[in-house]
Amino acid sequence: MMLIELKNIIKDYNNGGVITHVLHDINLKVEEGEFMAIMGPSGSGKSTLMHTIGFLDRPSSGDYFFDGEDTKDFTDDELARIRNERIGFVFQSFNLLPRTTVLDNVMLPLLYSGSKNNHEKRAKDALVAVDLGERLHFMSNQISGGQKQRVAIARALVCDPKVIFADEPTGNLDSKSGSTVMHILEKLNQEGKTIILVTHDVNVALHAKRVVTIRDGEIVSDKKVEEGERKHSTKVETD
Amino acid sequence: MKNFLSEIKNTIKNLLSRKGRSFLTILGIVIGVAGVIIIISLGAGAQSLVLGQITKLGTNLVGVLPGQSNENGPPAAVFGIQIKTLSQRDLEAIKDKNKVPYATAVAAFVNGSATIISGHESVDTSFVATDGTYPKVQNVEMDKGEFFSEEESNTGSNVIVLGYDVAESLFPDGEPLGQIVKIKIPNNNSIINEEVGSIPFRVIGVQKKMGTVAFQNQDDQVFIPFSIGQRQLLGIDYIQFIRIKVDDATNVKSTILDVTRVLREQHRITNPTDDDFSVRDLADAIKLLTGITGTLSLFLSLMAGISLVVGGIGIMNIMLVTVSERTREIGLRKAIGATRKNIRNQFLFESIVLTLSGGVLGIILGILISYLIALGARFAGYDWAFIISPVAIILAVAVSIITGVVFGLYPALKAAKLDPIDALRYE
Repeated sequence: MMLIELKNIIKDYNNGGVITHVLHDINLKVEEGEFMAIMGPSGSGKSTLMHTIGFLDRPSSGDYFFDGEDTKDFTDDELARIRNERIGFVFQSFNLLPRTTVLDNVMLPLLYSGSKNNHEKRAKDALVAVDLGERLHFMSNQISGGQKQRVAIARALVCDPKVIFADEPTGNLDSKSGSTVMHILEKLNQEGKTIILVTHDVNVALHAKRVVTIRDGEIVSDKKVEEGERKHSTKVETD
Repeated sequence: MKNFLSEIKNTIKNLLSRKGRSFLTILGIVIGVAGVIIIISLGAGAQSLVLGQITKLGTNLVGVLPGQSNENGPPAAVFGIQIKTLSQRDLEAIKDKNKVPYATAVAAFVNGSATIISGHESVDTSFVATDGTYPKVQNVEMDKGEFFSEEESNTGSNVIVLGYDVAESLFPDGEPLGQIVKIKIPNNNSIINEEVGSIPFRVIGVQKKMGTVAFQNQDDQVFIPFSIGQRQLLGIDYIQFIRIKVDDATNVKSTILDVTRVLREQHRITNPTDDDFSVRDLADAIKLLTGITGTLSLFLSLMAGISLVVGGIGIMNIMLVTVSERTREIGLRKAIGATRKNIRNQFLFESIVLTLSGGVLGIILGILISYLIALGARFAGYDWAFIISPVAIILAVAVSIITGVVFGLYPALKAAKLDPIDALRYE
């Protein structure tokens, strides 16, 4: 089933009269269950593309169908609801709340969801899924970088979204922690989650099954990664 | 509800993680609210004190003072200005049953300061020269002996009634009744010989310890017959004050009218604006005094209000700093599904929690200080009631919540308007 369909998406920024074209005429389809990497050098527009797909930003023109719905006329509150229920974000710099426990960080998205019950149980389950079932009551600043990113993944998972966006998820991590994080993303994909990875690093991108390369706001290539070229990570970080 | 509870938990955690700053932020609110509580408590205390002092005098009293006074202001005589328009003939006219039917007793007064000597002891005090009708007009309780009679005052007997403290100082270990004391004649420049400049009196009574009544220390004064005080001690021929007891509360107003008419007749006044006297009842005096404390309270409340506004601006300032410090957090919250309303409420709630805790601290501080003031006033001998009205507390809580909403709204809206991408990129 088609999850994401972009048609002629254009994004311009108007900076005091100077118009910058960031995305030109992007057409892209993503099926449910895909593991896709968006690759490109910095300034290529890959982050803007991810923000647009992830409803953090609206396109200047073009059509965007998400999960079968035309999103053009969605209000800000409806977009917030989509971000809450159907999308999970993982950022390069983790963005955990300081002075807050691991468990409370993971429970945060549930605060904004319609669901009333089982917040703690659901957050615990998400933490178990990233192998952090033992760190529930640690403060977010008392754990390592790799663990922080795994908490962030658990936070992205807790509302059981359709798709996870990971923006340079290994950018701030050493290779061991990075490897563990990629392993978790692979595992989530195997379990059926759609993963969209944004990176400038080809070695990270090659963990995905499909690599879309973007340059100067245009898609320059869209290739399936053959099983022979694909990289796989193993869990190397232990608690 | 569960979401709301965890919201409260998060907010309090956020604020506690910055204890020092949070405390300094709410200091303005604490002071403002404490000010409001103290002012309201002092106002109520002062009012009860005034009422207590005046009602101790007795009920159904009408006073006549020389000199005109405006309806709402104090009579000129209160400021110590000597006006000589009340005469003995006026007093006789007021005592006339046909002219002032509801008066049950009338007493004239003059007073001054005096030095009283008994043997080697001497006391500087004040004297009240009045009629023997005094006990029928005002509340008097005797510790020993009797108050002088109307006959004694009419004939100008040399008798004296001592206040409790005066008796204690003059006769620390003796029986005062029957003793002879001397009062020095004040301002008598010609005295060479002490015997010439003083008048002897026989002590016939000692008042009970009464404390202050109408702000006059009853224990530090002496009573002597009217004519002696007027003629011999002060050397004057006019009356400083007349007090009239009315038979019933319902007749107080008509007695005021009667007395006014009598005095206008006596003084041949046709135009009320030419009145050279003023007639007041205690209700007027109470109204006057509570009016003064009311004005003072209003003024002080205004100051407290200004302090609250300044405190509120402080809150706004800190909330703006907080919002910009937590821009990334706001971006993240939006990315994981917070709506503008969620973010606005979060920061609004935080500022309300701040101002409300300031309010609670202010209430505690205000009650404490009001209590200390009440203690101090009682220690100074005033019958001061410690009153904290529930209205004041409700008002303080409401005002602190309103301050939180008013001054937290702008920072909260600013936070809600942040663009999630800009917020996430913000370093």
